[in-house]
Amino acid sequence: MATAEATTKTLKVQRFKPSENPTNTYLTDEKGVWAWMTTVDHKKIGIMYLVAVAFFFALGGFLAIALRTKLLTGASIDFIDADAYNQLFTLHGAIMVFFVLVPSIPAALGNFIMPMQLGAKDVAFPRLNLASFYIYVVGAIFTFIALALNGLDTGWTFYTPYSTESGSSVIWVTTGVFILGFSSILTGTNFITTIHKLRAPGITWSKLPLNIWALYATSVIQVLATPVLAITLLLLIMERWLGIGIFDPAMGGDPVLFQHFFWFYSHPAVYIMIVPGFGIISEVISTFSKKTVFGYWAIALSSLAIAFIGFLVWGHHMFTSGQSAVATTVFSFLTFLVGIPTGIKIFNWVATLYKGSIKMDTPMLYVFIFLFLFSIGGFTGIMLGTLSVNIHLHDTYYVVAHFHYVMMGGTLIALLAGLHYWWPKMTGKMYNERLGKVSAVLIFIGFNVTFLPQFVMGSQGMPRRYYNYIDQFAPFHQTSTIGSYILGVGFLIMLYYLLHSLFRGEKAPANPWGSRALEWQATSPPDFHNFGHTPVVIHGPYDYHQPMEEFQLGIAVDTNGHGKDTHVEPDDPELDKWKNYSLG
Amino acid sequence: MGRLFDFMLPEAKSPTADSTDALFHFINEVSLVLLLGITIAIIYFAVKYRRRSKDDKTPVITHNNALEVTWSVIPLMLTLVIFWWGYTGWLNLRAVPDDAYEVKVTGFKWAWNFEYENGAVSPNELHVPAGRPIKLVMISRDVLHSFYVPEYRVKHDVIPNRYTYVWFEAEEPGESQVYCTEYCGTSHSMMLAKVIVHEPEEFNTWLATANIPGSGTPVEQGKALVETNACQSCHSLDGSDLIGPSFKGIWGREELMSDGTTITVDENYIRESILNPGAKIVDGYQNQMASYQGLLDDDQIDAIIEYLKTLE
Ligand code: HEC
Ligand code: HEM
Ligand SMILES: [Cu+2]
Ligand SMILES: [Cu+2]
Repeated sequence: MATAEATTKTLKVQRFKPSENPTNTYLTDEKGVWAWMTTVDHKKIGIMYLVAVAFFFALGGFLAIALRTKLLTGASIDFIDADAYNQLFTLHGAIMVFFVLVPSIPAALGNFIMPMQLGAKDVAFPRLNLASFYIYVVGAIFTFIALALNGLDTGWTFYTPYSTESGSSVIWVTTGVFILGFSSILTGTNFITTIHKLRAPGITWSKLPLNIWALYATSVIQVLATPVLAITLLLLIMERWLGIGIFDPAMGGDPVLFQHFFWFYSHPAVYIMIVPGFGIISEVISTFSKKTVFGYWAIALSSLAIAFIGFLVWGHHMFTSGQSAVATTVFSFLTFLVGIPTGIKIFNWVATLYKGSIKMDTPMLYVFIFLFLFSIGGFTGIMLGTLSVNIHLHDTYYVVAHFHYVMMGGTLIALLAGLHYWWPKMTGKMYNERLGKVSAVLIFIGFNVTFLPQFVMGSQGMPRRYYNYIDQFAPFHQTSTIGSYILGVGFLIMLYYLLHSLFRGEKAPANPWGSRALEWQATSPPDFHNFGHTPVVIHGPYDYHQPMEEFQLGIAVDTNGHGKDTHVEPDDPELDKWKNYSLG
Repeated sequence: MGRLFDFMLPEAKSPTADSTDALFHFINEVSLVLLLGITIAIIYFAVKYRRRSKDDKTPVITHNNALEVTWSVIPLMLTLVIFWWGYTGWLNLRAVPDDAYEVKVTGFKWAWNFEYENGAVSPNELHVPAGRPIKLVMISRDVLHSFYVPEYRVKHDVIPNRYTYVWFEAEEPGESQVYCTEYCGTSHSMMLAKVIVHEPEEFNTWLATANIPGSGTPVEQGKALVETNACQSCHSLDGSDLIGPSFKGIWGREELMSDGTTITVDENYIRESILNPGAKIVDGYQNQMASYQGLLDDDQIDAIIEYLKTLE
C-alpha cells in the first residue's frame, strides 16, 4: 500500500499556513457554466450535487406540505382527491429517499470533503465522478417524464401486484431509479478506491477521520446492495412489459418475493442514508468540544458492523407479510443486534462532550438536535423490531413517525450540521449565526410538533397512506399539520440566510472553528487542487492537545508538479524545525 | 407516565393484547429513562463544560474499555429480554386455539367480505360471538391488503395467492373498527369494516337470518351482490359522483360515451359494463373498473340488473 511505504520514509517537510486571503481558489479557476458542467473537480461536482439535492428537497418538502394540508381534515372530498393524494405521498417518499437522502451526504458533502480530508487532489476516478453525476441527472429526467405522463401511485415501495397493475408510469420511474442506482454504485466504488489509494503521507488507518470511516462503510453497502435493487426493478419492468410472471399471482408469480427483493436493498439503504450522517456528527462534535473523539475505534468499527449486520435484517419489514415463522423470528433477533452498535455510537459521542470545551455554534446545535431526535428514532425502532408489538404498529402512523425521526431527525439534521460546519470552507463565506440558531430551533420545534403526535395516533391505530380518517384522529392530524408549517418557516429562514451569505456574507477565515482536521488546513474556499502542496500528517484529526502548527505540514520544496505555490504562506519563523521529519 | 402510554393505545379487547400492551409500556419506560439520561447528560455537559476561552485545554481521553463493555452489554441484555418477550407474545398470536370458530375473509378493492359456516355472507361487517376464539382465514381477490383491528392488536396481510390467518377472542359484545393497512390504491383509506360482537345466542339468531347468496327474490339477491362486491365504493346509490357514475336512476338513462356516441342503459349495456368495462367508457370517467368475468355468473348478473332497475 502506498502509505505503508510512505511511513518508513524520511520526508522533508515544512509548515504551510493557509492564507487568509487566497487569490486563487477553485471558484476563481475554471469559471462559467460550461466549465462547471464539464468539470472533473470533486468540489464542483459536490456543489452541483448539493444544488440538485437542495432542489429535490424543496420539491419533496413542498409535496409534504400539500399532503399535510390535505390532512387538516378527514374529509373524503378536498382540494386534492384520493388519487392525487396517493401520487403525492408516493412522489414525496420516492424523491426524499432516492433523490435526496441517498446522494445527500456521500455524493454532495462527501464528494467535497473526502478528498480534502485525505489530503488528495481529487477522487481516484474524477471522470467517473462526473459521469455519476450525469447518471443521477438522467435518472431524475426519467422520473420527471413519469410525472408528466401518468405520475406514480404505488408508494415508494412499488409493492406488487399493485405496481404490476397500476395505470401510472411505473416503468418510467423504476427505470429512473434503476439508472440512479448506477450513480450510487459508481460513487461507492470511486470512494472505496480513493480511501485505499489516495491518502496523504502519514494518514494511516488509525488516523483516518471518522467521517471517512463512515463514508467507507456506506460505500461498501452501496456497492453490494444497489445491484439488488437494480435486479428487482428490472424484474418488475420485465413483468409489466413482457408479461413474465414473477411477482404477480395472476401470472403465477409470488408478491411476497418482491418484498424480499425490495427490502434486501432498501433496508441496507437506510444505512446508506444514516451512516454518513454518523461521520458528520463525529467530526462536528470533536471540533466544537475541542477534544479527541471518545472511543475512536468503537465508532469506526461500529459503522462497519452496522453495514454488515444491516444486510441481514430486511425481513423486519415483513413480519405481517406471510413470510415463514422461522424467518420472522431470526429477523427480529438480528434487528436487535444491529441496534447495539448504534447505541454504542451515541454513548461515545456523549462521552466525547465530557470535559470538553463546548461551543454551541449552529453546527453543534444541530448535533444536539440529532442526538435527541435520532435517539427517539432508535428507541422506536426497537419498539418496531419487537414481534408482538410490531404486529400492532406495522403500517400505522407510528412507522411514519419512526422513519421521519430516523431519516429527517437523523440523516437530514446531520446533513444540516455538516452543511453549516463546512459552509465556510465550501463557499468562503460566513452565514448569520443568529439566524442559523433561530432556524435550527424552529426546525427542532416544528419537527417535534409534526411527528410526535404521529406516534400517538399510530399507536391508537391510524393506518398510514390514508387519504381520510375517522374523527378520533383529527386533533393529532391537525397538530401535525401546524408543526409542518413551523418546519417550513424554519427552512425558509435557512434558505434566506444561506443565500444572503453567498452574496453578502462576511469572508470566512481558513479555519473558523479552530479544527485540527486536515480539510481546515486549506484555504477557504480551497485551492483548485485543495492544497498547494502535498500535505503530511503526523497527528490524528482530533489531537487537540497538539499545537496547531503541527497540523499544517506538507512536503517541502516540491510544489506538487504545478508550479510555485503562491497562495500558501510558508511563513513559520521556526521553519527549520520542520526541515526533516521521519514518519512512522 | 403510565397514563400517557395507556392513552396511546386503544382499548384492549382480546386476551393476547395484554402481553403486547405490557411490552409496549415496558419499552416506552426504558426508552424514556435512557432518553432522559442522554438528554440531561448532553445539556449538563454543554453548560458545565462550555467554552470559556479560545485557548481552553481539554484532557486527552481516548477510550475506556470498561465503559464500552458496560454500554454494550447492558443494552444487549435489555434487548434480549425485549426480543424474548415479544417473541413469546407473537407465538400466542400465531397459535390458534383448537376450538376457534372459523370465518372466511375475502379482501378486494375496496371492501371486505365475510363468509360463515352456513354460507351466509356479510359485506364489511364481521359478526362474531363473544367469548369464543375466532379464526379468520383470509385471501385477496386482487392486490395486497392487510386486515387490522387495533383493539385486538392483530394484523395480517391478505394476499392473492395464499391463505393467511389471524385469530382473536372478543371478550364483550360491542363493535370494533377494522382497517386495511396495506396500500391498495384509490380507496385504500375507505376500505373499512366493523367487527360486531354478539352474545353467543344472539349471534346464532343473526347467523340464521343472515343473507345467504342465491336465496331471496332476484332484486334482493342483486342488492346483496352489489354490496358484497363493493360496487358502492365506486357507484353511489344517492346520485353523488364517486369513481364511477351513480347507480341512482341508471336504468334507461341516456349517456354520452367518451368516443362521442350515445347509448341508453339497458340489459346488454349493463352486462357488457360488468364483464367488459373497458369496451365503452362513460364520458368524464376513467377506465378504472375491473372486469367481473369469472366472478359473477349469468344468474347473478341478471339479479344485479333487476336490482338496478329499482333504483330510481
Ligand atoms: C373501481 C371502481 C369500480 C367498481 C368497484 C365498480 N365499478 Fe362500475 N364503473 C366504474 C367506472 C369508473 C365506470 C365508468 C367508466 C366505464 O364506463 O368503464 C363504471 C361503469 C359502470 C357501469 C356503466 C355505468 C353508466 O352509467 O353507464 C355499470 C353498469 C357498472 N359500472 C356496474 C358495476 C357493478 C355492477 C359493479 C359491482 C359488481 C361495479 N360497477 C363496480 C368503476 C367501478
Ligand atoms: C428528509 C426529510 C423527509 C424524508 C426522507 C421523508 C420520507 C418519507 C417517506 C419515505 C414517506 C413514505 C412514502 C410512502 O409511504 O410511500 C413519507 C411519507 C410522508 N411524509 Fe415524509 N419525509 C421527509 C420530510 C417530511 C416532512 C418535512 C413532512 C411534513 C411536512 C413529511 C410528511 C409526510 C407525510 C404526510 C407522508 C405521508 C404519510 C402517509 O400517508 O402514510 N415528510 N415521507
Ligand atoms: Cu429495515
Ligand atoms: Cu388497502
